Amino acid sequence: MDTFKLLQTLSETPGPSGNEQAIAHVVEEWWQPYANRFIRDHVGNLMAIREGSGAAPRRSILLAAHMDEIALMVFQVVSHNGSGFLRVSNVGGVDIRHLYGQLVVVHGRNKNFHGVLGSLPGAMLPDDRRDKPFGYEDLVVDVGLPLAEVEAEISVGDFISFRQPLRKLLNGRIAGKALDNRASVAAVTLCLEYLSQRSHSWDVVAVATVQEETRLLGAFTSAHSQQPDAAIAIDVTFGKGPGANDGGTFEVGGGPVLDLGPNVHTGMFKALKKTAESLEMTVDTGTHSRASGTDAFGVQVARSGIPTGLISIPLRYMHTMVESVALKDVERCGRLMGEFIAQLDDKFLDKLAAGMMEEESD
Amino acid sequence: MNELLKNLTEAVGVSGEEKEVRRLIRDLIAEHVDEWHVDVMGNLIALKKGTGAVNLRVMVDAHMDEVGLIVTDFDSNGTLKFDGVGGFDDRALLGKVVQVGPKKITGVIGARPIHLLSASQRNSVVKSDDMRIDIGAKNKDAASGKVNIGDRAAFVTEYEELGPTAIGKSFDNRAGCAALVELLRERPFPFDLIATFTVQEEVGLRGATTAAYGVKPDVALILECTPAYDLPNKDDVSPNVALGQGPSIYVMDSGTLQDPRLVSLITQTAADNNIPFQIRRPGGGGTNTSAIQRVRGAIPAATIAVPGRYAHTPTMMINLDDYANVVKLAKATLLNLTEDIVKRN
Repeated sequence: MDTFKLLQTLSETPGPSGNEQAIAHVVEEWWQPYANRFIRDHVGNLMAIREGSGAAPRRSILLAAHMDEIALMVFQVVSHNGSGFLRVSNVGGVDIRHLYGQLVVVHGRNKNFHGVLGSLPGAMLPDDRRDKPFGYEDLVVDVGLPLAEVEAEISVGDFISFRQPLRKLLNGRIAGKALDNRASVAAVTLCLEYLSQRSHSWDVVAVATVQEETRLLGAFTSAHSQQPDAAIAIDVTFGKGPGANDGGTFEVGGGPVLDLGPNVHTGMFKALKKTAESLEMTVDTGTHSRASGTDAFGVQVARSGIPTGLISIPLRYMHTMVESVALKDVERCGRLMGEFIAQLDDKFLDKLAAGMMEEESD
Repeated sequence: MNELLKNLTEAVGVSGEEKEVRRLIRDLIAEHVDEWHVDVMGNLIALKKGTGAVNLRVMVDAHMDEVGLIVTDFDSNGTLKFDGVGGFDDRALLGKVVQVGPKKITGVIGARPIHLLSASQRNSVVKSDDMRIDIGAKNKDAASGKVNIGDRAAFVTEYEELGPTAIGKSFDNRAGCAALVELLRERPFPFDLIATFTVQEEVGLRGATTAAYGVKPDVALILECTPAYDLPNKDDVSPNVALGQGPSIYVMDSGTLQDPRLVSLITQTAADNNIPFQIRRPGGGGTNTSAIQRVRGAIPAATIAVPGRYAHTPTMMINLDDYANVVKLAKATLLNLTEDIVKRN
């Protein structure tokens, strides 16, 4: 599979948090060859079931990679000089410092409109706004159309997604929008491809979750309905780079990051780490002290609790339109999960349970 | 799709390094002019001989440079330090894609992620000194093998038409260049027309200064793309110029009072030909006009501009009717030009 092409379609397809139909459709196409069946739930999660080779009833592992992305929403349609401008608000953790001069798509009633995010120049803003990033009170989305045409098709509450082609940088790196978390959706796709060439006894429930950026909704509901025996959440983490070289940042191209912290079952961490060692794959260790800010937070507490691991892909410039990852980190992440799942057997859960009371050994 | 605007705006020509645009325009005009040359500064100067009916040397100018960045140094992690070339708002740089150097290496400009910022940092402007261009290089050596100090970097935006409007990266001033190319493709004018596609406007009107001296025109017309502030604004609802309301005619800006005889000629011509126009509200801003005006013993000069929103960002917007009307009005004005209009009293 051409990893860049995979990521290109995933990254460039819009999927604002709460409006994931378009991206779900694209993910379904990529997963189709590897799935026995698909389930869509009421909130829009896309779940692909790939059956294992064991005798039924089989154990199952859930892979959660959110497919939603940060976005904007129409807050107000403003008329000025015959033109229709849109005031907007955020959907998820949008970084306003990056908004001025961006390309967007407005998802109107019957069709999409391309537009730009602009503002009056800084010098024309009120004094107290001059040394601040352009905020929602300054910015407009401009689709270049007269008011009547705007009002006919666009209304308050319409979603707006960012628009930026995925681009290749040097050194096998790429940059574009929504790699948080389409990089992980791509890794799950590569994992499914890997498993299509290996036998695995457990069922795999690959879930492209919804509304992670806003409230982790899809993680809670999918883990509940699928009742997996174990789970891995896949997300991005902070890549080392300009402005981010302190603790908790990870080398881009340095391999996947396995997380430790309250949202992670330590036994899952250890098992994933062992798989990485068996593949001679370099992995880094990340930590979270309270909430991981990922689907692991929701999945872990579904029903009576699900042993959950968290794998992250280092990414520079999170929540911008130029998010950047190394293709090989995405591929390694897919291979790591694939190999991990291929090795799951009848005894895995017992070992996890026993590990809870075992004396620590080196 | 207007291929001329597409090709011109997607070409790269950051001030002082305009070669790509210069070569493109040369190819666009070579068949339509009698001679062309490039001066020391890099201005492309072309002569289109007239019929001789009017005894004037008429200079029509459009600057071909655009604002951009210049690479100043490498960080050990392979990212590039840079300075701005031309008037920049630091706030226009974050989250943008740039193309670096003649090889057009793709780079991006990001910042520390929002998750790791304090509330006050989230609401502070990141200074360009603290930004880096990330080309993906692993380290300094890898970066310096692909990019050189002094390389220019420009925004990357594909030209697009959105109904009556178009968006692109450098309408300021490729819209003016495109209009001038269109004029050169017309039949000969009654006078010799000298087209100057000038360099370094964005860093102080440098190219126009030498071009006008060399051309020694009797009169000059400057084609520009002027910032339009026709956005919702609490304090003041009348725009300086507005998209879709026709060519913008300058009377006064921070650098010039335009030649009143030429301004009258332009507005009268527009009225006679039913071409919409708007007088740009006097005030800030400046164009090559102020440089050309004071060359030699003063040159009568005036400016016609395409209004454009969001100047000096990667996503500028113009109205395509305004552009077409600038071409129309410039042509009609030139055809109405006579020796009498600019003769000294």
